[in-house]
Amino acid sequence: MAKNIKDRSIDPASQEMLAVAAKAGLETAWDRFDKQHPQCGFGELGLCCRNCNMGPCRIDPFGEAATKGVCGATADIIVARNLLRAIAAGASAHSDHARDVAHTFKLMSEGKAPSYQVKDQAKLARLMKEYGVSTQVDLADAVLAEFGKQEGPIQFISRAPAKRQEIWKNLGIEPRGIDREIVECMHKTTMGVDNDHVNLLLQGLRASLADGWGGSMIATELQDIMFGTPTPVRAMANLGVLEADKVNIIVHGHEPLLSEMIVSAASDPELVDLAKKQGAKGINVAGMCCTGNEILVRHGIPIAGNFLQQELAVATGAVDAMVVDVQCVMPALGALAGCFHTKFISTSPKAKFPGATHMELKEESAYETAKQIVRVAVVNYGLRDPTKVHIPNIKSEAIVGFSVEAIVGALGGTLKPLLDTIASGAVRGVAAVVGCNNPKVKQDYGHVNLVKELIRNNVLVVTTGCNAQACAKAGLLLPEAADLAGDGLKAVCKALGVPPVLHMGSCVDISRIMVACAAIADALGCDISDLPAAAAAPEWMSEKAVAIGAYVVGSGVYTILGTIPPILGSQGVTELLTEGIKGVTGGAFAVEPDPNKAAKLMIDHIEAQRKKLGL
Amino acid sequence: MKEIFVRPERCMGCRSCEIACAVEHSGSKTLFGALTDKPEPRKRLYVETIGSQRMPLLCHHCDEAPCVAVCRTGATSKDEVTGIVTKDHDKCVGCWVCATICTYGVVGREKEERIALKCDRCKDMEIPACVKACPTGTLIFLEERQLADIGSRDASMKTAEIQRSRSTPEIQS
Repeated sequence: MAKNIKDRSIDPASQEMLAVAAKAGLETAWDRFDKQHPQCGFGELGLCCRNCNMGPCRIDPFGEAATKGVCGATADIIVARNLLRAIAAGASAHSDHARDVAHTFKLMSEGKAPSYQVKDQAKLARLMKEYGVSTQVDLADAVLAEFGKQEGPIQFISRAPAKRQEIWKNLGIEPRGIDREIVECMHKTTMGVDNDHVNLLLQGLRASLADGWGGSMIATELQDIMFGTPTPVRAMANLGVLEADKVNIIVHGHEPLLSEMIVSAASDPELVDLAKKQGAKGINVAGMCCTGNEILVRHGIPIAGNFLQQELAVATGAVDAMVVDVQCVMPALGALAGCFHTKFISTSPKAKFPGATHMELKEESAYETAKQIVRVAVVNYGLRDPTKVHIPNIKSEAIVGFSVEAIVGALGGTLKPLLDTIASGAVRGVAAVVGCNNPKVKQDYGHVNLVKELIRNNVLVVTTGCNAQACAKAGLLLPEAADLAGDGLKAVCKALGVPPVLHMGSCVDISRIMVACAAIADALGCDISDLPAAAAAPEWMSEKAVAIGAYVVGSGVYTILGTIPPILGSQGVTELLTEGIKGVTGGAFAVEPDPNKAAKLMIDHIEAQRKKLGL
Repeated sequence: MKEIFVRPERCMGCRSCEIACAVEHSGSKTLFGALTDKPEPRKRLYVETIGSQRMPLLCHHCDEAPCVAVCRTGATSKDEVTGIVTKDHDKCVGCWVCATICTYGVVGREKEERIALKCDRCKDMEIPACVKACPTGTLIFLEERQLADIGSRDASMKTAEIQRSRSTPEIQS
């Protein structure tokens, strides 16, 4: 239980704001985390079941008291059911996000959402070809149909290498429809349905694949079409991007449908004039969490921080509006914003918060609503209390926006140069490091140390989500960071002028990593599970990360979790996910909280894969 | 001398105390490490239900401890200074007379090693594991006189609440 600020975060801006918050008596997630201790051992082991009202039941992990729930469910069954529900929830989040994007795409295509336009015609054409349709509206319908498909498989499954598709087919886990797989998770886990932990976990893989190669991938592709496919751009990161003399608006949450509109509205001359009349020098939009990543990688909009900094941003007293949509938004923000002039504005009909003003964003009038929201922020600037303002003078520069298209572009139009460097051994392999913040880990400690250790050992890192933001804050997303890399990777980065850590976007953009894996595997004529690659989520906390972990492992990638998942109460599930699955999908999970040891596990795996490939 | 007191009205029946006890008496003393201990680590206190009331039952380290009186091998003894009743597992032959005689039923039987198990009040810890693990303050570890302080503070808070609830309507009218 950390009380010392330096035990809570390695980020100097976070440390500074934690001190400010403590002095002002402001409560943060870290304080609430301390108050949750001791955390429930049954919960930590995944051994409690609340799925029917004969319970709640829990299993004695040491076999002394109850070894079965009222229905007879064993530890294996209860843990597997709980895990399946977490996967279903995580897949729902990404996929419902994708549904909103697809719905907006359809309205836009029908001319009913004038706030949105096609920004990437080439990708639109590619996608129409992939779906075999000739009009934009037909594409919208075809994509929307993926959610309600009954017999599948969903379209993007065909992007996976042939060997991978074969594995899924043989296991019977090809996703049939995005919603169907999630519903089936809920059906299977309700009282008295599926009670075979292996069968339960297979459905977990299936639902997660419907996320990674379905919902998430749809979100990425359509967002690229509507807002542009990211290309490398310079930007600033950390709480120091807030500006004392400007109107500060933070967009926080996940769907760029909102954040893109706020970014546009903030440069509307009428509102900029209004801001100047209020005595501000302008309007400053900064991102937080993944919606921040969306506008960061597309436009270089500054990012104020990652998940655990949302409260610290408000605590600066310089945020005139905290505008949120869905996912990873702490309900604590309302009460905290109430301690300042900060307007906490919710915009999604799916997500309302205590203490928030609700200004609902509708597709048909998105830009107008965004303007109203920005106006509220601008007017609110006048109410800011300068004596309460404390902005840490800490920010780092980063180069972001490495979509697959941008990476291929940087390599001269083909993946061959990258493959050559891997074949020559200059670059040992590729690691995807992603995931959340979690107060169980000193903020960014797991992220930054794991990434540093990987690049030091000549492993190229691709990143999304809160890890990407941690890396941006730590200066790892600059070409100069190549100096921290091993000689081989350093030379490659210097030659190409790229950082050793490539920011690929938001959490749904892990689909980009899947596409990249497929392309590399195809180029080498092998499966994803044969690649010298590994993945990690050093500070994960969200159910979304569970779904991501499942589809990454289900796609054949060895994956390290830095916080312990609630499955260890079941030997059967633990054994299956860490060992048994190796012979099934070719991927596997491992748990390792120590970032240096985690790096070693990943590097050892990459070296073993190289040997198998004869490299 | 500090003792473990039970405030049964706070008990949610979560059994966190039982897990923490077993873990503290395991090889690694960590939850995840204890999972692979053989024989499995054993708890020394028991959450029981009486009607709708749940409460942890644990050793009171009795002054005239029957378990000490009946022990034929000298395995069970009471420390004259601390008052804590402990078992020397090497001397225990597993006759389990102590388990039979205990008024509170809090001496357990480890069948694999055939020894009796009881609370040692976590001799390595400043605060016993069960108390540390209790999320509701059902289990508290303090001097008897401190208990009286807590009792009077609780009582005064309750009285204040009753006063407030009585006075509210008057303010509104």
